[in-house]
Amino acid sequence: VSTFAKKMLGITLAVVAVGVVIGLYVSVYLTRSPQAIAASTSASGTQLTLATVPAAGSSDANPDWVSFFALAPNPNGHWIHTTTYRVPAHSLIHVTIYNYDSASGLRNPFLAQAQGTVGGTFVLDGKPTQAINPDDASHMFAIPQLDVVVPLLGVPTSAKNPCAAAPCSLSEDHETISFTFRTGGPGRFRWQCFVPCAAGWIFGTGGPMQTIGYMDGILEVV
Amino acid sequence: MGEPNHLRRVVLLWLIASAIATPLVVVLLGPNMPPGNLSSEASGQVFDNTVMLGLVTPVVLFILVYFAYVMIVFRARDGEALEGPAVRGHAGAQIWWMVTTSAIVLFLAAFGTYELFKDGSGGGQGPNPIADPPGKALQVQVIAEQWEFTYRFPTYGGVETPHLELPVGQLVEFHVTSLDVTHSFWAYELGVKADANQGVDNIVYVTPKRTGPFSIRCSELCGLWHGYMFDTGRVVSPSAFASWIQQQQATFAPITAKLPPYARTYFPKPQRRGG
Repeated sequence: VSTFAKKMLGITLAVVAVGVVIGLYVSVYLTRSPQAIAASTSASGTQLTLATVPAAGSSDANPDWVSFFALAPNPNGHWIHTTTYRVPAHSLIHVTIYNYDSASGLRNPFLAQAQGTVGGTFVLDGKPTQAINPDDASHMFAIPQLDVVVPLLGVPTSAKNPCAAAPCSLSEDHETISFTFRTGGPGRFRWQCFVPCAAGWIFGTGGPMQTIGYMDGILEVV
Repeated sequence: MGEPNHLRRVVLLWLIASAIATPLVVVLLGPNMPPGNLSSEASGQVFDNTVMLGLVTPVVLFILVYFAYVMIVFRARDGEALEGPAVRGHAGAQIWWMVTTSAIVLFLAAFGTYELFKDGSGGGQGPNPIADPPGKALQVQVIAEQWEFTYRFPTYGGVETPHLELPVGQLVEFHVTSLDVTHSFWAYELGVKADANQGVDNIVYVTPKRTGPFSIRCSELCGLWHGYMFDTGRVVSPSAFASWIQQQQATFAPITAKLPPYARTYFPKPQRRGG
């Protein structure tokens, strides 16, 4: 075998090895996405049930991080720690959020008014509401690309039976917020909280505010 | 047979190529230079980019012509193994090089300074702008936060809006600020780009001269959703703008009553949990 042939063989093997490494990196790591949970669909429409908790709980990698949870869409549904939600296109989506956290206050008070929901309102503890006091906002469910903004009122600091960390139950103090919005065509849309609620992180906007799976997520419209 | 005057040949070829290519490039490519002609400032940037293109074309051509000439004329023929003549300093060439490059740089410095002072060229000028176009301006405050721009109109009751529409033919005075980290307000087709810093009122002027959409992006890496911090604004007729702003005032009346008084900058009070 000539020296030239040996060199060519070496180069070919090196190129193949690099290609395999790149392929594995793309297929195993880059294309990996968080667990998505589908909203439950019935005759009355599509229902997405969420909860916000002051801390993700001891079973989480970041036990003291504030976070969203989603209710699994089955009769024996249990809370799942994910912020990637799948909903149908061109549909009305009914969302119910149980907020167990106290208020942090909005940095931009403008976002204390609901936007993009059916009727421009949401239901807060049974009462139709347009806006809340910006200082009383605990969290927010906002999908900027769909113009959806809904502020979540915080549990009063005087609450007698607050939930400190997930899992929280409906017997503990919470605020119930529900609203409906309409999806357009298919796509992936980010959603986020606009309240600087990341306790202990610089200006309240680090940590869970910058991490998908806590106060940010993806809405998959399919 | 004596050695031909290579320099003269190269210069002649370069002059011919430049005389043909430069007008073609300026006429054909110039009008398609970014960012378009949606505003006077954008048109000014198209002009500036065309001037730059007109200047750089002969420079690039000189390099290409010289390179091609050397590759063809001084290429060693088969079997040739001759040393070329020794390269020595050439005072004339060095002087020409220094004079020409200095002239280009000084011209660009003067030209750029004039263009900036004329109308601000769509760039943020800080709280005390030097270029202050004449005429009554529509004030629009751009408020950046992670990860959305909102807009406040002090002359319309301080209403804040999630999207931006502007009337055509109206001088607009943007006041760009931030509520958290550093962002940058980039309205591409308007030719506007201004940093958004917390506690800073960054003023930028623009006069839309055509109706149509323009893209808005954050051009300062600002966190997780920086890449999603975009929107589409619109330049509309004055009557359409009047109708739109009236609708915004009605829609956001509940929260407008709860907004802080309009100010050039905002320092949100310390958060109970953040920090």
